Amino acid sequence: MAETTSTAGTDTTVVTDGEDGVRRRDFINIAAVSAAGVGGVATLIPLVSQMSPSADVLAESSTELDVGAIEPGQAVKAVFRKQPLFVRRLTAKEVEEANATDASSLRDPQTLAERTKEGHGDVLITMGVCTHLGCVPLGAAEGEIKGEFGGYFCPCHGSHYDTAGRIRKGPAPTNLEVPEYEFTSDTVVQVG
Amino acid sequence: MSFPWAQQYTPTNGLMRYFDEKLPLPRLVYNAVGAGYPVPRNLNYLWNFGVLAGFCLVIQIVTGIILAMHYAANAEVAFATTEHIMRNVNYGWLMRYAHANGASFFFAVIYLHIFRGFYYSSYKAPREMIWLLGVVIFLLLMATGFLGYVLPWGQMSFWGAKVITGLFGAIPIVGEPLQVWLLGGFAPDNAALNRFFSLHFLLPFVTAGVIILHIWALHIPGSSNPTGVEIKTESDTVPFHPYYTAKDGFGLGVFLLIYFAMVFFLPNYLGHPDNYIEANPLSTPAHIVPEWYFWPFYAILRAFTADFFFIPAKLMGVLAMFSAILIWFILPWLDKSPVRSGNYRPLFRIFFWILMFDMAVLFYLGGAPAEEPFVMFSQLATAYYFLHFLVIIPIVSMVEKPKPLPYSITEAVLGSDKEAVLGENASVAK
Amino acid sequence: MIRLFAIAGGLFFAVAALWSFVTGAYVAATEGLGEETAEHAFHEHPKKLHLASDGVFGKWDLNQLQRGYQVYKEVCSACHSMKFVALRNLSDLGYNEDEVKAEAANWQVPGIDPNTGEATTRPGLPIDYFPSPYPNNVAAAAANNNAIPPDLSLITKARHNGSAYVYSLLTGYQAQPAALLEEFPDSKTPDGLHYNPYFPNLNLAMAPPLNADQVTYADGTEATVDQMAQDVSAFLTWTAEPTMVERKRTGWPVLGFLLFATILAFFAKKQVWAAVKPKPAVTPAKRKD
Repeated sequence: MAETTSTAGTDTTVVTDGEDGVRRRDFINIAAVSAAGVGGVATLIPLVSQMSPSADVLAESSTELDVGAIEPGQAVKAVFRKQPLFVRRLTAKEVEEANATDASSLRDPQTLAERTKEGHGDVLITMGVCTHLGCVPLGAAEGEIKGEFGGYFCPCHGSHYDTAGRIRKGPAPTNLEVPEYEFTSDTVVQVG
Repeated sequence: MSFPWAQQYTPTNGLMRYFDEKLPLPRLVYNAVGAGYPVPRNLNYLWNFGVLAGFCLVIQIVTGIILAMHYAANAEVAFATTEHIMRNVNYGWLMRYAHANGASFFFAVIYLHIFRGFYYSSYKAPREMIWLLGVVIFLLLMATGFLGYVLPWGQMSFWGAKVITGLFGAIPIVGEPLQVWLLGGFAPDNAALNRFFSLHFLLPFVTAGVIILHIWALHIPGSSNPTGVEIKTESDTVPFHPYYTAKDGFGLGVFLLIYFAMVFFLPNYLGHPDNYIEANPLSTPAHIVPEWYFWPFYAILRAFTADFFFIPAKLMGVLAMFSAILIWFILPWLDKSPVRSGNYRPLFRIFFWILMFDMAVLFYLGGAPAEEPFVMFSQLATAYYFLHFLVIIPIVSMVEKPKPLPYSITEAVLGSDKEAVLGENASVAK
Repeated sequence: MIRLFAIAGGLFFAVAALWSFVTGAYVAATEGLGEETAEHAFHEHPKKLHLASDGVFGKWDLNQLQRGYQVYKEVCSACHSMKFVALRNLSDLGYNEDEVKAEAANWQVPGIDPNTGEATTRPGLPIDYFPSPYPNNVAAAAANNNAIPPDLSLITKARHNGSAYVYSLLTGYQAQPAALLEEFPDSKTPDGLHYNPYFPNLNLAMAPPLNADQVTYADGTEATVDQMAQDVSAFLTWTAEPTMVERKRTGWPVLGFLLFATILAFFAKKQVWAAVKPKPAVTPAKRKD
């Protein structure tokens, strides 16, 4: 833009309006180029936002589950937002183990009670996504390795989770994520 | 090329000097569309359409790449993903309408750009190469437009693909195998849709390449101008920047106003309702037409209804349709008049306006149903179309007595002393 | 030389086109311009229909859309699918989250028995799409005397002047005019079809679908045939393009801004060119350095 004003303004025989005139005219050029800039930036809004989740994807972001049929010691894999969701009914022994651990000594200090809903302390619902780099940990299906702490074990980089899904050993930085959910009845859970 | 008085690029700081030494891209831009490109000072608004066409290509590539992020080129889901874009994707409706109307506006701009070339004989030496490359770009655009129209997989898409590939079936002997090869089947289906998508994605970038050659070739002789008189002195020119950047900026604003008015308020006006019906190979729509920008050539295709000696009507139509554009390639060598601008060619100018009327008629008839009297009119209009370029232009250029040209662009703009005197006398006489 | 070839080629194409013209003109002169058809003579353009969503400032009339939805649900959906519209989209009609859920559950959508894996149906969820009344086109054709009822999602965009077309078609059933039979004795409406001048070929497979008081509107509006036809046309205008009102609303600020920017660009252009506009002793712009 400096180019514009200097070239146009150089010819002093033409611009005779004096100082004020020059300034007013420069202002028009600057305003026009600024308007083009504002328009360009505004155009970016749709260009960028078209990449975020579309309406049909957002609509899939809640899932209903019936947890009544899960026996203690058993776990099921469900799908929440196209990712695995682990639903596990803990045995009394597993609950005891989880509570016996001093939460404050953990990498990501949380108690089992903080990770379950009141009245349903034995139903552990977590994402089946390792917090390290997103692999699916083993331990939900029958016969899979549950790791050194009897919960879940991620084979990608060796993260061990305990019976409350808390990280105990390996590279993962935090416990398995507990998604937002609520019990809509005694046995039905709505996730998300 | 460069005129000796063209401004030289001088890097203003260390970083730009470094760039200029290693990769003189700023210098290239400066000399191509910056202050380093001297342009005739008398260009009118018809000279805006080249820049606008370039802008249209940018709109089409940006919106097209975005649509490709959400679209799936599979006959099972193509229509559904198009609706997904319209309904679910954030601003998807805007992207699709901008792309569909962008194609129409691209062609509108290109047609005006071409017609300007006709009137001012921009195709004449020393600018033949620019013209030839321009015709190549036009052919690429038509191919791209056709391929793109197939992608939503509506009824018009499907039957357009079938009819246009059917044109190749008119070629003797190799025609039918060629058609099957083009489609990858006996009717348009997955194979055709997928390759059309791939080519629709490719061709705009090929077009962009040819546009670079088009602009490169333009910079050898420099832009033509409404008088058709070549640049003689520095006073005939102004630097492209800021003069024509400012003028193109205003032109772009007007263009965008009209374009977005269509996109937001009449987005389906230029489209056809049948393309909102999913493709159905078992039922042809009652009245199939291509998009409006193909209408003149579609009218020429349909004009041939009778066998001409040993040439079947179908082949004749296909030959004529392709020839209608291909003859533009020899236009520079048909028009031998030493005068370029239609302003100074009284006879040529009359025929130019007849051609514009003829094109308007062909546009109208191409969109009309294949019934009488439309077909008979299109036969007359087609005859004139070919006579105009191949017979009238060569003859007019030989027999016409052009009006005297101004000595220079500067004289044309400012008026010579002689004309000024004449003008005074004229007012006295009145 | 090239010009001689060109003139020869030009004459070739021109003569070929004129040959077609002469042949066509000869046929037209001896046989006339083709026979008038009943379709051409008696087809009528859609009646005028005014909807709140029309025009550049159009807005949805949510009450009307809800009534139209009720007509679709209780009448049209028996035969017509609407596969591109999701049940969750009903929230656009002014229903809240719970109402959408309840409404969705009224529809039976195809599902899978979780224990056996067999195909079954289950109550719809907001994420489901409107279910089709027929499992496939063959079933649809078989149940409707070979005329497949078209999907209604896009019907108002898939016809010229579509909203008015739907309204006119639904209210346009009538007895075949005597004048038609007089003029075209062969064009009697075949058995099983229904005369409707707004339908392109005049004879429609769909029986008149609407009868007065066929639905009971929750808002107390009287359910005349005309009212129901208007309401369902409004609803189908929405299903064809749920983003239409948003589109128009977005357009105004964009055009306003562009107008402002274009005016600025005009004055900037004028200012830049002021230096070289024709003046007797013009000094072309020179570079500064």
